Amino acid sequence: MNNTPADLKYAKSHEWAKLEEDGTVRVGISDHAQEALGDIVFVELPEVGAEVEAGGDCAVVESVKAASDIYSPVSGEIVAVNEALSDSPEAINEDAYANWIFIVKPSDVSELDQLLDAAGYEAIADDH
Amino acid sequence: MLQETVLNLVHREMGAKMVDFGGWDMPLRYGSQVDEHNAVRDGAGMFDVSHMTIIDLRGENVRDFLKNLLANNVDKLTLKGKALYSCMLNEQGGIIDDLIVYLMGDEKYRLVVNAGTREKDLAWIERQAESYSVEVRERPELAMIAVQGPKAREVAEELLHRGLDARAKKLAPFQAAWAGDWFVARTGYTGEEGYELIMPGAEAVTFWRALAAKGVTPCGLAARDTLRLEAGMNLYGSDMDENFTPLESGLTWTVALEPSDRDFIGRAALIAQNEKGNIAKFVGLVLEDKGVLRNHQKIVVEGGGEGEISSGGFSPTMNRSIALARVPAGTGDRCEVDIRGKLKAAQVVKPSFVRNGKVLVNLD
Repeated sequence: MNNTPADLKYAKSHEWAKLEEDGTVRVGISDHAQEALGDIVFVELPEVGAEVEAGGDCAVVESVKAASDIYSPVSGEIVAVNEALSDSPEAINEDAYANWIFIVKPSDVSELDQLLDAAGYEAIADDH
Repeated sequence: MLQETVLNLVHREMGAKMVDFGGWDMPLRYGSQVDEHNAVRDGAGMFDVSHMTIIDLRGENVRDFLKNLLANNVDKLTLKGKALYSCMLNEQGGIIDDLIVYLMGDEKYRLVVNAGTREKDLAWIERQAESYSVEVRERPELAMIAVQGPKAREVAEELLHRGLDARAKKLAPFQAAWAGDWFVARTGYTGEEGYELIMPGAEAVTFWRALAAKGVTPCGLAARDTLRLEAGMNLYGSDMDENFTPLESGLTWTVALEPSDRDFIGRAALIAQNEKGNIAKFVGLVLEDKGVLRNHQKIVVEGGGEGEISSGGFSPTMNRSIALARVPAGTGDRCEVDIRGKLKAAQVVKPSFVRNGKVLVNLD
């Protein structure tokens, strides 16, 4: 039922990752995740320059219902965060793929291979 | 196996996301919980509250029984149909449950208690009732629908029959009228006008659909929680339980210590607590920064002392995070809340944020 673009990679913890042409990785949460969370009211963004590890928590998305940790799909350095989410966090509910959360400059781009493709993610997302 | 209300299939048909709520399979939300919340503040919303426990009490000594059982005094109910909010305490003054009691006749009262506390409530009530020879009759065959919002009464009245509509129109707040097994009370858990309607289970689906056809928005437990939080109404199990007395739960107003010769269960413990003093305050919080207050977050107060959030969340009406919290007696008008290791400033206010669509708190 949810929208899962085929050109993205997905973590089991419901983040999407997109390898950009400049070698950085753009990260957000899946449509399935935003639907499960419900109305999103706050996003705690990581700090630009922070070092993150693959699978390490680095941001928090809060819906009216609950707080949910966001994990970086790859190790590296945070090089950009989506400041627009500070004023309109609900944008993620409207379009979870256009409204990214942070960008990582990966230290090991092959970590992306550990992630799921769209079909693999849909198979696990439907269980939750 | 989860218990289901008679409206279960209708909820699913209307697209509800269902959730296990105290052993009941109940709608969490149908679409956006914020839209449902706003429908109640601006128009009319409806909630299936059939999981709540309805208990009818009857007998010659029923009034004396309730004067002993409840911390509030049923002698305040002088008019048939009037309702009273009360806590039911154990001997230590701890809250077994909160409930509404209706006067239905000289020797008849109705209690509506929480779903999650049903078994222990019934066991406690039956045990206390023995020496009063009071008949305790649960009414699981009845359904209950709350219709809430500025337009709720008008819409619900259009669907009432048997002359009940005219009597409903005349009800004062916290008063009920009934005809047969149809029971209409001007009560609620949202801070808005509205009714809580009890009816035969077999008629609930038709009534629910008729309300929907009149544009009443179906609302789930998620919206029910943000609405009651904004209204500053306690939730049993979060804001209070058997570890707390009404005096430290913002419910002193519901305890009738006068007349002093009414010896209700828990009275001695409350008097001892009052004499000892230094009772924790139950307050409202408004988060000044962005973020969301959540249950069990620690509160740090200037001059020492810690408190804890008992219900935290996001207020769609105020577009701010709010909470109910227990804080040290000396807490002033500011505190800090530990949110994931960071201390964030919050304003301490009276625990009533929104009533009849209006924000009551002065935001600074």
